[in-house]
Amino acid sequence: MENLSLMFAPLMSSKLMIVLVFGTLFGLILGVLPGLGPTTGGALILPFTMTLDPLSAIVLLTAIYCAGTYGGAITAVLINTPGTPAAAATCLDGYPLAQKGEAGRALGMATVSSAIGGIFSVVVLVFFAPLLAQLAYEFGQPEYFALAIFGLTMLASIGEGSPIKNLIAGAFGILISTVGKDFMTSIDRFTFGMNELSVGIGFIPVVVGLFAISEMLTQSTLLDQIFKRVAFKAVKLPSISDYKKTWITILRSSGIGSFIGVLPAEGGTVASLIGYSEAKRWSKNPEKFGKGSVEGIAGAEAANNAATGGAMVPTLALGIPGSATTAVILTGLIIHGVRPGPDLFREQPDFLYGIFGSMLIANILFFIFGFFGAKIFARITLVPNKLLWPMIFAVSVCGTYSLSQSILDVWIMLFFGVIGFFMRRYGFSVVPVIIGLILGELVEGTLRQSLVIFEGNWLLFFTRPIVVTFFVLSFIALIFPLIREKKSK
Amino acid sequence: MNNVQKQKRANKGLPFFLKDEFKVSFIIIFISIILLISTFTFDIVPPILNRGIQPATFPKGLLVLIIILTSIVYYVSFKRPWEIKKKLPQSFFLTLLSFIFFIIISKTLDFFLAISLLSIFVSYCWGERRIFYLVLVSIVFPIIVFIFFETILGLRFPPGIITNIYYQV
Repeated sequence: MENLSLMFAPLMSSKLMIVLVFGTLFGLILGVLPGLGPTTGGALILPFTMTLDPLSAIVLLTAIYCAGTYGGAITAVLINTPGTPAAAATCLDGYPLAQKGEAGRALGMATVSSAIGGIFSVVVLVFFAPLLAQLAYEFGQPEYFALAIFGLTMLASIGEGSPIKNLIAGAFGILISTVGKDFMTSIDRFTFGMNELSVGIGFIPVVVGLFAISEMLTQSTLLDQIFKRVAFKAVKLPSISDYKKTWITILRSSGIGSFIGVLPAEGGTVASLIGYSEAKRWSKNPEKFGKGSVEGIAGAEAANNAATGGAMVPTLALGIPGSATTAVILTGLIIHGVRPGPDLFREQPDFLYGIFGSMLIANILFFIFGFFGAKIFARITLVPNKLLWPMIFAVSVCGTYSLSQSILDVWIMLFFGVIGFFMRRYGFSVVPVIIGLILGELVEGTLRQSLVIFEGNWLLFFTRPIVVTFFVLSFIALIFPLIREKKSK
Repeated sequence: MNNVQKQKRANKGLPFFLKDEFKVSFIIIFISIILLISTFTFDIVPPILNRGIQPATFPKGLLVLIIILTSIVYYVSFKRPWEIKKKLPQSFFLTLLSFIFFIIISKTLDFFLAISLLSIFVSYCWGERRIFYLVLVSIVFPIIVFIFFETILGLRFPPGIITNIYYQV
């Protein structure tokens, strides 16, 4: 109870409130702009957070995460293009409803269900993160290794892409993490005689390259694309009959989203797809889905925002990112000298509950801004790409350079931009690369330390129940997408 | 006719080495093999300092995994051919070219100048012809970004013909 009171500390601090308001507005802008999103935006703003104290920095990133996830719905409803991948399912019913002249109603439903989903997930975060952290006290190196493997195998089921391609991308991410001096023996690996590579490849150049620069290249191929924006007067709160139709869907999707979010590596995109399909499965009017069903909007939006709080659970309790954006938040924590994991819950409860509280407030803020300002945010989509992307390039370059003041980082960013473009072109998701990069050191470090403990006997992994449990879950995570693929055929 | 059948039909005319499936798989496997060979040049740690496994073992395992998985992807593509992609437009290659110029100019002349030139080049190639917006994107915005990073983050940009004037070198 004492800890819960710490949640509302952000309300007492004017500085934190300013950071929250700025983060929410910035997140909404990022979410609205197709191609950008909370992951790219978080990575771009990470260097700026160095001027802030750790709590303000993480509050800023989490506000961007929450608001950015919702912001994608505005574009999905008005121009039939998801502002973020997590809003893809929202297009299916949001745009048809907008075309019927009910854009305000569609946005109202998206706003309300997003806020409820987000707030629900913060409650899940407050109660489950400490429990998971307590469980993590039992973890030794072998358990962390098995957990990281579980996180990596979950990559197989990210999005709609091929599970095997996702695993290749994940392995590529881990491979990037091995560049530089081996942290245990100081032996150079993949440095090719370049001293600058001895410290390894930074997270920010890779993220900005894979997300922002590759998207810039993608946009260069879509110059003839014309967006038609549906006009609307104002966002309308859902009517009583809409609430009656959707309240169960919102609750169900909030639960689904929070659960999917907690799973390592999964995020809002998977959550919204499952939330949408479950809403359709349980609906009394499944034939209306795809034609402007408010249940469809509610199902997708509640789920993707519920995944935000869920994804923070493993990020804070175990140091395993629950999604691509939480991988950026995890980097923010590390840069600011905060070590996520069970000790964080014991040693810095004020910091932790400050994050929980700020996420709660961010969800309320984006509801207010979304409700009253959706029309203004929708205008941002009118900024032409020929002006927007050169500006994003300037910020990307300066932001990447600023972290270690190294021109090599800028070149690495451009290199990964080109790699990311071709990966996406040929159906390889870039998200597994990020998760692999983050988990790489953990996987290798815990594997090697475990082998020291086991004196090189690999079979001893199977004598530990938690390890075996994670290995079984990993096996299921690998098999499940293959079964799903076979079924869909 | 379903999509898979359509793809199979469209792919039939092409020799195997021109198909995207082959090109992508070949490039991944080729690079992985080169990297795998390079792991054999990593220093070997004496047993007393060795913690669990040699430093080269883990990357070797990963590269072998990537090669195996890529082979599976290629094998699967016989049954389910990849979607045939449209040719990349000229604007893509011009943008890519601008990155190369950016690297050369930032290294030889000036970092800030490179950002400005890339911005105006990309904006122009993507269809912007209005002078006001070209100036906004290539001069005004980079100056704002430069001053912001310089004053708020205390960042010192690398020396060059323009930054030296600013820093009064």
